[in-house]
Amino acid sequence: MAQALQPLDDAPGGSAGRSIELLQGAPALTLLLFLGPVAAGLLGTWLPAVGHFPALGLSGPSLAPWQALIADPALPGALKLTLTSGLLGTLGAILLVIAFVAAFHGSLWLARLRRLMLPLLAVPHAAAAIGFAFLLAPSGWLIRLISPWASGWTRPPDVALIQDPAGLALAAALVVKETPFLLLVTLAALEQSNAGERLAVARSLGYRPVAAWLKTVLPAIYGQIRLPLYAVLAFSLSVVDMALVLAPGTPPTLAVLVLQWFNDPDLSMRLVAAAGASLQLGIVVLAILLWRLLEILVGLLGRRWIAGGRRGDLLEPATRALAGTVMAASMLLAAGALVGMALWSLAGRWRFPDALPSLWTQANWLREADGLLASGGVTLLLGLASTVIALVLVLACLENECRRGLQPLNRSLWLLYAPLLVPQVAFLFGVQVLAVKLRIDGGWIALIWTHLLFVLPYVFLAMAYPYRALDKRYERAALCLGASPNRVFFRVKLPMLMRPIMIAAAIGFAVSVAQYLPTLFAGSGRFVTLTTEAVSLSAGADRRIVACYAFAQALLPLLCFALALAVPAWLYRDRRSLRGAT
Amino acid sequence: MTGSDMAGAGQGGRLELLDVELRLRGRRLLGPLSLTVGAGEVTTVMGPSGCGKSSLLAYLCGTLEGVFETAGRARLDGRALDSLPPERRRVGILFQDDLLFPHLSVADNLAFGLPADLRDRAARAARIEAALAEADLEGFGSRDPATLSGGQRARVALLRTLLSEPQALLLDEPFGKLDVALRDRFRRFVFEHARARALPTLLVTHDPFDAEAAGGDILHLAADGAALSAPPETDGRLLRPGLAEGR
Repeated sequence: MAQALQPLDDAPGGSAGRSIELLQGAPALTLLLFLGPVAAGLLGTWLPAVGHFPALGLSGPSLAPWQALIADPALPGALKLTLTSGLLGTLGAILLVIAFVAAFHGSLWLARLRRLMLPLLAVPHAAAAIGFAFLLAPSGWLIRLISPWASGWTRPPDVALIQDPAGLALAAALVVKETPFLLLVTLAALEQSNAGERLAVARSLGYRPVAAWLKTVLPAIYGQIRLPLYAVLAFSLSVVDMALVLAPGTPPTLAVLVLQWFNDPDLSMRLVAAAGASLQLGIVVLAILLWRLLEILVGLLGRRWIAGGRRGDLLEPATRALAGTVMAASMLLAAGALVGMALWSLAGRWRFPDALPSLWTQANWLREADGLLASGGVTLLLGLASTVIALVLVLACLENECRRGLQPLNRSLWLLYAPLLVPQVAFLFGVQVLAVKLRIDGGWIALIWTHLLFVLPYVFLAMAYPYRALDKRYERAALCLGASPNRVFFRVKLPMLMRPIMIAAAIGFAVSVAQYLPTLFAGSGRFVTLTTEAVSLSAGADRRIVACYAFAQALLPLLCFALALAVPAWLYRDRRSLRGAT
Repeated sequence: MTGSDMAGAGQGGRLELLDVELRLRGRRLLGPLSLTVGAGEVTTVMGPSGCGKSSLLAYLCGTLEGVFETAGRARLDGRALDSLPPERRRVGILFQDDLLFPHLSVADNLAFGLPADLRDRAARAARIEAALAEADLEGFGSRDPATLSGGQRARVALLRTLLSEPQALLLDEPFGKLDVALRDRFRRFVFEHARARALPTLLVTHDPFDAEAAGGDILHLAADGAALSAPPETDGRLLRPGLAEGR
């Protein structure tokens, strides 16, 4: 819009003209800040992978790293484990979400479940994995609950319920952890579609609800779920912290194997690690292509199914029963994982078949207070800094788009998803190399910047729809009352968007708290957060101590979400039209 | 700035449109249109929906989206409007919805309209109280706009616009959403205030009763945005010269 470019000579401080220039630079700055490191990181990983690593006096190209990688005896097992757990986890989560939404569209259950999703989304992956392990382990809470009265066990059974060779425990945990994200994405897509009308038409033609949903609504919204789903797929195939807790160690998943090589005291292993990291990227790309093929196949079969005209009389009860049961089990597992962690952190003595601790104590928390406060402080600072920066950049981009009357492009969404589609392990090593070059490695700047890469996309995704959906006439009314664009932004738009802004901030904060690998790489091991501490302790420390860190890690983002809901509710307690539900 | 007298006279000048034409992706949406609205006069622009009536008002406000191309000129009290950003034009507008800011109280909504160069807190509060009294809304200042009735909100919206001391008033079907009994009262309320301030007022509507109540010139637009010399369905009663000039 031409008027957005007009210099506003006598606006407060005379800085309006400059702030508009700043605003116009916002998209470029944002892209540079978060795509630059990804691109540089990939390059910085690929070069050592082909034997070019000046720090070690090596200059390529050479195939030696790849030969060493392929010759490694752990690789075949690691690949199998990675593919099984990643594909099963993603497939399980999306099938569960689709089946559940198809079966319970418009029901009270879905509305109730939705309110549970934000807190579950907030629980970091590491905490979820640790809680899951506490629940499912042979000496875990579930076995205790059924022992000895039902199982007859008086000692923990000798079966690999977690860290099982096939990676099923990891796959199950991925289903539980990714379901909330996919469900929220699906519900958001539904809100922007005319699902109600489609369903009504299909129902009036005699289709049962599940068949009606699958045949008329799913094809319309799948396009909007696709990118988030690919992000889940990429994440599941390359997750490190959950795999460290729940997947077996010999061999581990590919991403964990690569991390071990990066940490090997023998520096030449870095080259093998870089090759492995590049292979990890290849696997994710391949998996996404495979998924795309699967989509096309399902689409073809689905069209034949639709043309067949079946009303879904048999599908209906089966889907409702199955999706309802699995979703309930999944939610119970998630809740059990949280409660179990709390119990363990307060346990003094908890002998094996007892369902509850026989001695309660706060000694675990007190003993670890120093460590918890120190790592909690780092976690908090890191989360706040990256969230605030992300929020400022995102709001500047959206406001710039709005003032210049730009239409959002679908293609830019792919750019936004880049850091979520590229496996972390595939470019973080290169980011570290870059940080060393810029002499910011192992410092706060590198750490915050690296977190920003992952916080920013989520904050943008959470903010974009509410921002663009805000009734433009409020802005026009305010302008015509004589308010400058900046005043409209700060006095009208930001207050009206308080709720989505707070929720976007909470999501960004939770994303930052959850980061394990970026903290490890960018912090050069010098920064200890609740996440890195919980994961490293989970390798063998006292379960009660692990529980303290994992629970604190889960609690921090949960508190943040509670605050994000409470603050606007309190501020707008006397403003009826802003008090509505999320 | 003007003093605290709400009913103060003579804020407005003359609103002139010269060969104004709006185009959307090369297609003519409206115009070319020339008209003059004198101080204290009301001119009504009537036409079917989609003929670009609201876009004409957005053009005058300066809030027309970038996809539109414009030609012609608009002047208010001798000032060229086209190069000014919306907040410098001193053109007030009322929409079909009241668009009271939901996060602000009634008084704060009014204060948002009041120019910032009236600095004295007590004076500002007094202006707002006086405005509320004028709308029979004494004591409503601290209320949540969402708790007001439709008619009350409409009056607050008008007062908010008037407090911003505009030199012209644009009305974008502001009576359309009110029920019939309320509509007539609010119409009179709006026109009385516009006349008291000698504001040139441009009303767009498709309701002939609005046009009649406005009592000024009426300009009919065809569906393709061209100005007609006579209403499409002439019933004699509303027949007036098409362009609001010689009177």
